Amino acid sequence: MKQVVRVAGGQGFWGDDIDAPRRQVEGGPVDYLMLDYLAEVTMSILQKQKERDPSLGYARDFVGAMESVLPAVTDRGVRVIANAGGVNPPACAEAVRAMAAKKGGGAKVRIGVVTGDDLLPRLDELMAAGHALDNMDTGEPLSTVRERVLSANAYIGSTPIVEALSKGANIAITGRSTDTALTMAPIRFEYGWKADDWDRLAAGIVAGHIIECGAQCSGGNCLYEWQSIPDLANVGYPIVEAAADGSFVVTKHPNTGGRVSIQTVKEQLVYEMGDPHSYITPDVVADFATIQLSGDGENRVRVSGIKGRPPTDKLKVSIAYKAGYKAVGSLVYAWPDAIEKSKAADGILRARLQRLGLQFEKILTEFVGVDSTHGRLAGDHADAPEVQLRFGVRSNDRAAVERFTREIAPLVLNGPPSVTGFAGGRPKVEEIVAYWPALIDKGVVKTKVEIVS
Amino acid sequence: MKVRLLDLAHARSGDKGDTANVGVIALQTEWFPLLEKELTAERVAEHFRGMINGAVERFVLPNLGALNFLLHGALDGGGTLSLKTDAQGKVYSTALLRMILDIPDAEAKRLALPSFEPENAPSR
Repeated sequence: MKQVVRVAGGQGFWGDDIDAPRRQVEGGPVDYLMLDYLAEVTMSILQKQKERDPSLGYARDFVGAMESVLPAVTDRGVRVIANAGGVNPPACAEAVRAMAAKKGGGAKVRIGVVTGDDLLPRLDELMAAGHALDNMDTGEPLSTVRERVLSANAYIGSTPIVEALSKGANIAITGRSTDTALTMAPIRFEYGWKADDWDRLAAGIVAGHIIECGAQCSGGNCLYEWQSIPDLANVGYPIVEAAADGSFVVTKHPNTGGRVSIQTVKEQLVYEMGDPHSYITPDVVADFATIQLSGDGENRVRVSGIKGRPPTDKLKVSIAYKAGYKAVGSLVYAWPDAIEKSKAADGILRARLQRLGLQFEKILTEFVGVDSTHGRLAGDHADAPEVQLRFGVRSNDRAAVERFTREIAPLVLNGPPSVTGFAGGRPKVEEIVAYWPALIDKGVVKTKVEIVS
Repeated sequence: MKVRLLDLAHARSGDKGDTANVGVIALQTEWFPLLEKELTAERVAEHFRGMINGAVERFVLPNLGALNFLLHGALDGGGTLSLKTDAQGKVYSTALLRMILDIPDAEAKRLALPSFEPENAPSR
């Protein structure tokens, strides 16, 4: 048994630094590279891509990332775990296999493909069987938006990833795994933690929560003494060094920028936190009020004491549905009277939209530079040097939103003076894909693991 | 004595649907009991009055010297529905740290709290 299992976080979302995975495997010793690609609405974007082309529907950045780390996987035994499979893990595996074969590393690549989280093909059958899939936030049943559903995936836990690793996979690709399972699974696999070892499983989940947002625990987006955090241009992404007893150290490679301190870790621990006593995952419910942090040298924080308890009998389901259209346009007004001019323009725009008889569910005006981040708390800005008028509309009627996009530019010539910043042209109409969180009985979801080599 | 929360705590915020969460962390361990006493859910709801449509919930994490607030109905529908610049609630953190607390002088002195005087304060 290993004395320490090193799991490196190399991607915090689809769109994160594409060079981070390579830096994580080259900057020092790591056993596992964990890459998280999926945010709440990512699955629906991928579903749309799959509908256009059945060989797509996964995070394509992952293939490039794998190419950049392939020598570490084939020659040094680093294993990769990623939820890059999106709504099409087999196609993702095939793309990685083809890339590896082309690069001459094909013989040493064993890809574990986890499926079973995709509920879209079964949705009507499940609803007919009495699974209402009520919206967890609003209580509405899914039937109210059924015909607009684009994707539906259960959040799955660590067990199928552990299975893939035990079958010898050196690359494990999942669909909608929880972000935290991607970190917990390899630690659980290495130490052989049982499925009811609640405290250790919870510790692995906390490790996952800390590194799932990439550098956001190692100096990125850190408010505490932010000016003093060194060399963010070369920020070190996080590494968890996990011990068999469930305790672990958060650190980063030497000769990298950023910082790992008790404060940077605390800020990440509270990020997107709900009830900290009940951090619910498919594997375990972790209690964040039991976490103990202590310094362990420069850029090292020890995490211990974590308690967990059995999970619920439900899995969370991530459903995406079409929810109308929106567009946001903006203009910039200069001193003097920048805020007054912006407010006058806002009034004119609203009057014109009303005269056109356009129906919107929502119109939102913000004065960027004055109130768009802190609202009235930001105080009085009567003498602001400049203000950006930011005007957004939302409607189920695409034509109304389309018409709105033609109403911004005319204000440059026929509205209040000292206006600029319209060079981007008309705002574009965006189709809204909204998120519908629901719960489903655990027994309904059956995961499957296949090895591709 | 007037004390500004920004000088007592750091914070990070994020989203879950139409709810923003703000985790507030004491800069000094010995200041946490004061924060726990002053930063009630009611006080925070009052701070954000008119900016959020729902209730405020509070959770206490003494082990981290932190409080977690859930601001319901804070994000204009949240996620992709929201028209807000801050649709993901990323900057509710510093909005909360704008809060000014009025602390009895003796307690402020005992805890060595930094005083906040808006007239002389450097802009931050």
